[in-house]
Amino acid sequence: MSNISRDEVAHLAKLARMAVTPEELDTFAGQLDQILDAVAEVGEVAGDDIPPTSHAVPLTNVFRTDEVRPGLSQDAALAGAPAAEEGRFRVPRILGEQQ
Amino acid sequence: MSDLTRLTAAELAEKIHTGEVTAAEVTQAHLDRIAAVDGDVHAFLHVDAEGALETARAVDADLAAGRAPVSPLAGVPLALKDVLTTRGVPTTCGSKTLEGWLPPYDATVTRRLREAGVPVLGKTNMDEFAMGSSTENSAYGPTHNPWDLDRIPGGSGGGSSASLAAYEAPLAIGTDTGGSIRQPAAVTATVGVKPTYGGVSRYGLVAFSSSLDQAGPCGRTVLDAALLHEVIAGHDPMDATSIDAPVPALADAAREGARGDLNGVKVGVVRELSGDGYQGGVLRSFDAAVAQLKELGAEVVEVSCPHFGYALSAYYLIAPSECSSNLARFDAMRYGLRVADDGSHSAEEVMSLTREEGFGAEVKRRVMLGTYALSSGYYDAYYGSAQKVRTLITRDFAAAFEQVDVLVSPTTPVTPFKLGEKVDDPLAMYLNDICSIPANLAGNAAMSVPSGLSDEDGLPVGLQIMAPALADDRLYRVGAAYEAARGPVLDKLGELEAAK
Amino acid sequence: MTTTAELMDYAEVVERYDPVLGLEVHVELSTKTKMFCGCPNSFGGDPNTHVCPVCLGMPGALPVVNGTAVESAIRIGLALNCDIAQWCRFARKNYFYPDMPKNFQTSQYDEPIAFDGHLDVVLDDGEVVRVDIERAHMEEDTGKSLHVGGATGRIHGAEHSLLDYNRAGVPLIEIVTKPIAGMGERAPEVARAYVTALRDLLRAMDVSDVRMDQGSLRCDANVSLMAKGANEFGTRTETKNVNSLRSVERAVRYEMTRHAAVLADGGSIKQETRHFQEADGTTAAGRTKETAEDYRYFPEPDLVPIAPTREWVDQLRATIPEMPWQRRKRIQDDWNLTDEELRDLVNTGAVDLVAATVDAGAAQADARSWWVQYLNQAATARETELADLAITPAEVARVIALVGSGELTHKLARQVVDGVLDGEGDPDQVIEARGLKVVSDDSALLAAVDEALAAQPDVADKIRGGKVQAAGAIVGAVMKATKGQADAARVRELILERVGAA
Repeated sequence: MSNISRDEVAHLAKLARMAVTPEELDTFAGQLDQILDAVAEVGEVAGDDIPPTSHAVPLTNVFRTDEVRPGLSQDAALAGAPAAEEGRFRVPRILGEQQ
Repeated sequence: MSDLTRLTAAELAEKIHTGEVTAAEVTQAHLDRIAAVDGDVHAFLHVDAEGALETARAVDADLAAGRAPVSPLAGVPLALKDVLTTRGVPTTCGSKTLEGWLPPYDATVTRRLREAGVPVLGKTNMDEFAMGSSTENSAYGPTHNPWDLDRIPGGSGGGSSASLAAYEAPLAIGTDTGGSIRQPAAVTATVGVKPTYGGVSRYGLVAFSSSLDQAGPCGRTVLDAALLHEVIAGHDPMDATSIDAPVPALADAAREGARGDLNGVKVGVVRELSGDGYQGGVLRSFDAAVAQLKELGAEVVEVSCPHFGYALSAYYLIAPSECSSNLARFDAMRYGLRVADDGSHSAEEVMSLTREEGFGAEVKRRVMLGTYALSSGYYDAYYGSAQKVRTLITRDFAAAFEQVDVLVSPTTPVTPFKLGEKVDDPLAMYLNDICSIPANLAGNAAMSVPSGLSDEDGLPVGLQIMAPALADDRLYRVGAAYEAARGPVLDKLGELEAAK
Repeated sequence: MTTTAELMDYAEVVERYDPVLGLEVHVELSTKTKMFCGCPNSFGGDPNTHVCPVCLGMPGALPVVNGTAVESAIRIGLALNCDIAQWCRFARKNYFYPDMPKNFQTSQYDEPIAFDGHLDVVLDDGEVVRVDIERAHMEEDTGKSLHVGGATGRIHGAEHSLLDYNRAGVPLIEIVTKPIAGMGERAPEVARAYVTALRDLLRAMDVSDVRMDQGSLRCDANVSLMAKGANEFGTRTETKNVNSLRSVERAVRYEMTRHAAVLADGGSIKQETRHFQEADGTTAAGRTKETAEDYRYFPEPDLVPIAPTREWVDQLRATIPEMPWQRRKRIQDDWNLTDEELRDLVNTGAVDLVAATVDAGAAQADARSWWVQYLNQAATARETELADLAITPAEVARVIALVGSGELTHKLARQVVDGVLDGEGDPDQVIEARGLKVVSDDSALLAAVDEALAAQPDVADKIRGGKVQAAGAIVGAVMKATKGQADAARVRELILERVGAA
């Protein structure tokens, strides 16, 4: 059922924000195709009456009380940052707009 | 080589707590062992000698002051998989993208180990972000199987299991998403347990596939695994999927099992987890193990789990889907690797270039696979269908556990293969997890315990025992009974020693 | 690339087209902590000081749902007459953006906590319009980015950006209406009235600060036009950045006139996001995205489903206060107001303020007079909402009490109120600081009275002769001499006493 093209792989890489190389596009196109062929059988097993399972535990309503807990200091928050400035994470210029 | 490294965790704990040896001596002995052999094995990505000795000395001071040990494992050192955060100690997940990152917080498992007085020797090697079955996907080079340094130690937690098999640590922590504790345990002749999902907190476990990931204990004996399991298990309010129920008495179950009586225990052999694709020596080892269980008094029946055959496919949709989302946070903005920040690239470009640079091939493959499976138009056919298969597999388990107390199968279909043998064939690599994946999908508990060596290649084979959710104690009872009856698996580590 | 949009005359727009609106309102809840972690949920603060591994999206960190936020969500749903889901999940909305630490937003997708409700909205002339609610769901806010360099400080032309995650993870409720059609020329007014009603309701429930200026209430307005007689909706645009109630109305009206001009010219509307420009009341197109968004929603595996029990929902239902419009009806009856008086009260946004002032001890007529007249003028002059004035109902009540006891004149009272509005402190502090005490020392007053009488002997004679009303001129002189700080009634008494007419 799948036949994943190089263009589709390029689109996926874009969605996933990975600047893959042309060689990788070729490799991944072949491999994804192969894997998707192998796993497509999942579509043939379960009927409409089978509910999907999203969680492996039968829990519901797990909540936290609305109480402040100690967090990180500004220094600790920024300690691992590639760049910081004025107490903020410094990043290259952002092109896109907020959603 | 110091004798101390040959002892089990239970034995070490007794010697430390009775004052026969100090925790510092035990920790130092293992640090020495690491220094001696890890150049060959490469089980560790980072050794924290000072941190481990500091914890050990604190335990010693406590004992010297006449206080009771803070836990049954106080002073017994451990190797921690590098996927669990450790405050101020590097945590890389085997990925270049986290090289040099010092987490500002401890995982709950890490915290519990510290509170239990367990010295953490260091962080163990793993397939990048726990994706793999051979540890060859580590950005820092593979771990070698101590049984044969040319062979894989399993994955993703190859470092943890190899550290046990090489006597570098008496205890280790792994994480298991599709078999990453059990498969390495099987191929290194050690014990590994994937607890019931929700039994051990995932807080601070860097997520691969959130609905499948579970941290668990690794040891050289069933009792050692049980003791460690009790230290790390229990409800954690920081993990919404953590089960708020008492942890069963696991060490007691192991001790009871070790008495060798399985009368009244019903064992189911899963028909679907054998046959084509399984190595002859693995199947013969498994049959011998089943015969041994019968001799111990267990009633053995064959059960059918008809949807297990679809587990691998469901897994290779669910896990990549979740990972494509979980790994989105590695974007070069707040922590970790950043490349191409030279003023000429936008934030978006830096993200893409960094992710390209920072992730290995298997991670990229799975991220793209998951991105595809979640895309609009494909969701129902792939991710949605896989979640339905998950329901069917859970029902298979439920039906089987109506008939039997535990299920058994080989842990892996084959013995450890050579490094590099399957690295270019993702599908062949994925088949390693065919027996272990069903328990992850359903969330129940499973163990791998050594079942000897394959008669055709002399390499380790594991017996997988599976129990219902929250019945982890059954694994320990059956596993310990079998372990006691089987006797020790031939220890080949002498050869590694001779090679030094 | 920018073109000045052609606009159609509004009368013509509504003659030729039927507008269809869809309003998406984001409300920041005023819980103590964030949606999924225990960091403080508070506006402002030094950057990156209300953060932890969870809201920074650090590897390994896990979310845990704030139970109070869920309660607020259910209460909001109930107040909007929604059904409450018996079972629902969070979902991950996957897209990359630097202000979003995990690069997915934890939200709800096809299983909102509340759905299928309505809100009755009262327009300025008293007409009631029912707005149907599609859903209300829970999600989390993003961090904030600061764009450095470039001419405008805005995103375009910036050299780099700085990120502050204090706001990341703040609980949000997104409330989405069903298409609002058939409103004709009143569509912009309906949009404003709806957001106003929603704001009043949320304020009455005490679940949010509902400050549009601070972003705790945000409105995105979807607008489309369909030609009269058509039965399919037109293509819509979504206008963001609408930061005040007035802007909601302006933005809708502007988009209607813009759409109509494009459509009448044979053009077609591009489905896009637009940004409202407060300065000139226009909208501008956002950046066009290269690829269609594909958010790849899937159930959040780190959070278990929410299954509110009937008992819990009933308990929450019992906590819902009287709705603002019900309250208005009751107040009209209790205070015996004419429709017109009530409308003044409602239109100035003074209902709750007057009620609170009455609760603080003032007579309702006095309270109403202060809020609807003097304070409303002050709000207009200061270009702010009545409720956002820096004076509390209790302070207004205190001023009223001081007037009642004769310690302040009306004129002085207004000065006191001005002082409070200017941040000089509470009424008593302002009186103290500005020296606005009514002169009540009779000896000082008597001197002023004697002086005034001596200065106008003819008037004094008239009073003595029985023309008591002539005392007004002397009162005026005394008040002038005391700079208005005397109690006029007392002055009058003293005058009459002095001339022997009392």
